[in-house]
Amino acid sequence: MIIASQLVLPGAQFNLLLPLTAYSALLQGAFGSFDAIVDTLVATAPLVLGGLSVGFAFKAGLFNIGAQGQFLLGALASVAVGVAVAGSSPLVAISLALLAGLLAGAAWGFIPGFLKAVSGAHEVVVTIMLNYIAIAVIAAVVGGPLRQQGRPEAITPDVGNAALPILIGNSGHAGIVLALVAVAFIAWLLFRTTLGFEVRTVGANPDAARYAGMRPRLLTMLTMSIAGGLAGLAGAVVVLGVTHLMTPSFGTTVGFDSIAVALLGRTNPVGIVFAALLFGALRAGATLMQIEAGIPVELIDVLQATILLFLVAAPVLRRVFRLRGVKTGIESTETITKTYGSETVTG
Amino acid sequence: MDALVSALYGIPIVGLLFQLGGYLIAVLPSIAPGILQAATPIAFAALCGVMCERAGVVNIGIEGIMITAAFVGWYTGVLLAPLMGSVDLGLFGANLALVIGLIVALLSGVVISALHAWLSISVRADQIISGTIINIAAFGLTGYLNNLISKTSPNGAGSFSQFRPPREVLDLPIVGWIIGMFLNQGPIAMSVIVIVVVFQVLLFRSRWGLRSRAVGEHPRAAETVGIDVIRVRYRNVLLGGVFAALGGAYLSMEATNSFQQGMTTGRGFIGLAAMIVGRWSPVGAFGAALLFSSSTALGNSIKFSLPSGDLGTILGSLPDQFYDALPYLVTIVILAGVVGRSIPPAADGQPYEREATT
Repeated sequence: MIIASQLVLPGAQFNLLLPLTAYSALLQGAFGSFDAIVDTLVATAPLVLGGLSVGFAFKAGLFNIGAQGQFLLGALASVAVGVAVAGSSPLVAISLALLAGLLAGAAWGFIPGFLKAVSGAHEVVVTIMLNYIAIAVIAAVVGGPLRQQGRPEAITPDVGNAALPILIGNSGHAGIVLALVAVAFIAWLLFRTTLGFEVRTVGANPDAARYAGMRPRLLTMLTMSIAGGLAGLAGAVVVLGVTHLMTPSFGTTVGFDSIAVALLGRTNPVGIVFAALLFGALRAGATLMQIEAGIPVELIDVLQATILLFLVAAPVLRRVFRLRGVKTGIESTETITKTYGSETVTG
Repeated sequence: MDALVSALYGIPIVGLLFQLGGYLIAVLPSIAPGILQAATPIAFAALCGVMCERAGVVNIGIEGIMITAAFVGWYTGVLLAPLMGSVDLGLFGANLALVIGLIVALLSGVVISALHAWLSISVRADQIISGTIINIAAFGLTGYLNNLISKTSPNGAGSFSQFRPPREVLDLPIVGWIIGMFLNQGPIAMSVIVIVVVFQVLLFRSRWGLRSRAVGEHPRAAETVGIDVIRVRYRNVLLGGVFAALGGAYLSMEATNSFQQGMTTGRGFIGLAAMIVGRWSPVGAFGAALLFSSSTALGNSIKFSLPSGDLGTILGSLPDQFYDALPYLVTIVILAGVVGRSIPPAADGQPYEREATT
């Protein structure tokens, strides 16, 4: 890919070893030193939470494209509360700020769930629209009521004591632990509780779920709220753990990367952890790659797409190379798209 | 007349509606061409969605197809412009490099769609994953290449210009601005209306349309009456790619004359929303796109010049960002309140496997 682009583009000097330089820099940036590993973990934590958000919704047959909006709203709420309680004791401040992020994300997720349940409005449309509305809300709040006085640019005050404590190295904040706790919680919720069973049943077969006396409407609202809460928590972890404040243009690709993470992890909580680690490592290593090899960070997107491509093309490759193996492929991921088309909420 | 107007405006509460009406009458003619221009890429994205999903293939990779076509079309122009010069072809300010760029852009849309078609129809992979792959890869690739290319700050082949209808037509009372809205446009924006009408008629009145819909609703039944499900699906997804590519090419070759990283800014997804709001019909989707772009235009217009009177005071007290969010709010309200339950084609998103012949 790097070699090919050298061939296509005029003016670039041809260097056959460039890919080698690039990928070794990428690896070094992701795992090369203790600090690099910590950076990777920091980049991974929000992706785990975001991936859980999208993956959990997929389990119930809902496509949460809105993780980005819930992420932003969660970040905004935890900054707002964090600033308000910046002076109180860390334990209180952190809990309140995290809770605010969780609830704001949940509220932003509840809206599409509620609209789907009462009027059948497609959650894909509503969540996409809410992503854009979230951007406008942030610009309005950070530029307005939350704006720090006496600064020429619109920026919020620091969250002070609500900042997450650093546990590992220079930047390894407590959000990493929080993400793992969330994984355990969601795994327990999905596979060990009645609610989780109902969520999975509605996702696999809404009709069967209804005949069994489950309530798809209620489950839709609940699932979207939980998914929103997880994405909101991801936003809270980023602002409380890394940036400690917000600007009107605050935005990362976490919400959108989360979709790819959830798909790569096959919507399974544990799978999502590994997928998030992979994507987190790519993001963390990209900076060094850009500095050392002059490769634009967008290469990471291409790599992510290639990884996903191999995932879906696996059955074909297996057929081509006559490999035998465990049966994976559409059977396991079928619920994802199936429910995009069919009506989850009826009757 | 003025006395009547001010009397109507003076009525409490109801007067606000009259004020709004007066404001609309005043600003609509000037913002109308802009409304169609803003609706064009969204409408094309929505048409791509209708084309694919009517045949039972979910395509969330529209955004990726659009950005690819925008980049490829522009970059072809960059490469060809120095070779071909810029001889004006006499229509829409087009030159040869620009026309070839457009054709190559459409081809790139077909190629990307072919990948989606192969993954979702032949491989029977998950169609949402396939679409996501296309989006991520397209954004990564175009951003990556643009990053490398932009160091040389290249010049493209320019852009299609607008057709200028005769002054007398535009000055016609009442209908003049409506004609202007549709004629005071470049070739791609102008083609939307034609394509929407033709597509609507074909989809619901022709053999091809009936077959497409049959394949999207009940592929098994379609197969038993001799329709080649796989072929129909391939054909529709590839055709849809042409639509999405037109929307992308519009951005880099008609609305502007350059490529910016991520310049589609979610229009592919908004197009998907328009498709659903328009209930999977071409005319409905186009209407939804128009609704979206008019609320954008109206919001911008209010930000720019407030209406006079009480209405202006009320609207002016809202933060500017409210108007940024307005089109998205309107879409949600319309979807939840008016359109209600969205019922996609029954076999939407389900891979089809031929029954084993015994």
